[in-house]
Amino acid sequence: MPDFLRRTDFQSLIDALRGAGYRCIGPQVREGAIVYDTVEQVEALPWGVTDQQAPGHYRLGRTEDRRCFAWATGPQALKPLVFRSRETLWSAARHADGTIAFTGATQRCEPVAVIGARACDLAALYIQDKHFLQDAYVDPGYRAAREALFLVAVHCTHPAATCFCASTGDGPRAAYGFDLALAELEDGYLIETLSEKGRTLVGELPTRPADAAEQRAADDAVEAAATQQSRTLPSRDLRHALFANLHHLRWQEVAERCLACGNCTSVCPTCFCSSESEVPALDGARTDHLREWDSCFTQQHSYISGWTLRANAARRYRQWLTHKLGSWHDQYGRSGCVGCGRCITWCPVGIDITEEAQTICGRVAAR
Amino acid sequence: MAVSLPDNPHVPQEAVVLERIQESRNMFTLRLRFADPGVQAGYSFEPGQFNMLYLYGVGEVPISIVSDPRDETVLDHTIREIGRVTKALGKLRVGDRIGVRGPYGHGWPLREAEQRDVVIITGGLGCAPVVSVINYILRRRERFGRLNIVQGVKHSADLIWKERYDRWRAVPNTHVFLTADEGASLWPWHVGLVTEIFDRLEYDRQRVIVMMCGPEGMMRAGVRLLREQGVSDTDIWLSMERNMQCAVGHCGHCQFGPAFVCKNGPVFRYSEIGWLFGTEGF
Repeated sequence: MPDFLRRTDFQSLIDALRGAGYRCIGPQVREGAIVYDTVEQVEALPWGVTDQQAPGHYRLGRTEDRRCFAWATGPQALKPLVFRSRETLWSAARHADGTIAFTGATQRCEPVAVIGARACDLAALYIQDKHFLQDAYVDPGYRAAREALFLVAVHCTHPAATCFCASTGDGPRAAYGFDLALAELEDGYLIETLSEKGRTLVGELPTRPADAAEQRAADDAVEAAATQQSRTLPSRDLRHALFANLHHLRWQEVAERCLACGNCTSVCPTCFCSSESEVPALDGARTDHLREWDSCFTQQHSYISGWTLRANAARRYRQWLTHKLGSWHDQYGRSGCVGCGRCITWCPVGIDITEEAQTICGRVAAR
Repeated sequence: MAVSLPDNPHVPQEAVVLERIQESRNMFTLRLRFADPGVQAGYSFEPGQFNMLYLYGVGEVPISIVSDPRDETVLDHTIREIGRVTKALGKLRVGDRIGVRGPYGHGWPLREAEQRDVVIITGGLGCAPVVSVINYILRRRERFGRLNIVQGVKHSADLIWKERYDRWRAVPNTHVFLTADEGASLWPWHVGLVTEIFDRLEYDRQRVIVMMCGPEGMMRAGVRLLREQGVSDTDIWLSMERNMQCAVGHCGHCQFGPAFVCKNGPVFRYSEIGWLFGTEGF
């Protein structure tokens, strides 16, 4: 049976994490959206706040109950904490005699504890770990930030209309990849632990064993969060269906709505594209080599010696979708979509990945 | 070949320009050596692999290595001035310093090619990634069957390394075919598409390895003809080009369907990529 932490003792979790040397990051309302930011007092969390999401639509509202996780997802996932939107990879200095000295960026490794990681975002982190850490080349910046993370998950109980994690199999219950997982009830939190450091931390909290009624209430809430979801992908593996439909008329049709703005790839917790650029100092004595998030929707993304391979939005949308739901299986053994629905919510024109996939692939093999 | 990876795969090593050779109006070769003798001594590559060349304050660009892998003292890169970085690289002079990191990717199937006829087909600057293959084979001539070297250029004035072709043509059991889409009046070789000389190639279709490099239109036409001549998809190899920022499989730009051209390629067996090859937009 998990532990139970009363709502009035919730501050003890933040205090214990800070005492263990972590900077705590938790959800907070900023400029009309819920974002992750440094949190020291539980009062800063979004108590009584909920979100309404629809294609191209995101608004915060108030709820009756006093919960702080009664919302689905903000625009950020865990991605910006480990794969930073902009970072210096290395610097070079040129001396008077023309020689150049290169220096790799020093890796920050400040311990960070995230409170409120959702199942979809943990699944996405697992995918990005495969991309940045589990291959011949390991990204040193990602690794340093990743190893410094302590993850407090929250099982999702308030899915948005854009959510479809039940369809992708990634939520709403957080099943792996966390140190602690919380189930939020009206008067407190059930706590599960997966890691040794999670168990050590819970040992410091004023918990009591949860009772069967609390466990049942928590299970029911997550179960309901799954059944409330109405959006689905036609299958968890659309690789063959997508590549068999590369000339479907829908690619052109969706391109007529798509602004190629890259919002979808920015909010996507698994998109990993980046581009590199130079920022030389004004006196030319030093230059920084930067890496910034890029998007397969930009013109430069497919530039090859004098020409652009994907010159229009139809080609770029097709590249994105066939990769995300198709060739991702070859690369990482699963789809690149975790069902968080962010690309639907934050698309300025409300393009819905589930609808496009249904139309292009047909209603192939039900999940 | 075991390549030891530095702790930070993104950071270049300093290299010195030993020589700058103007090959044609807009093509040049940089002959480089790492500034640190230890780095130079520890560096090795396979024909078909590439380096990321970095110009101070400007940026990086992937360029294949054309020098002989056995020459451990220098690295040659032949470059066409076409974009922002390559045009700036063209202004380098002897003694200038640049950054180099690599080698990256998988090279040509040289082991598999042993005891077989070899057909090397290149178009445009395509010859650069296979010069080191040709040198590799010529140094071990007895291990390979008949060698066919086919180079097509758009205009006869674009042909570089004429003396190399003359030298290769003189090697026994080696055939060189040059073609130009447009030939000047004294062009002694074929005028027309590179694929038009395919019926003159000398190889046993059961025991051949074909290596192709160049514009994809040329490679598509080449593959079609070779298949008609009975060459198996598993015996045709292509070198692919895509945008590359990182060269280590992270930046996402070079994806070709499921493949990352930088780390799974740039050399691919046609049977592995044929299903997507030639599809516009990939």
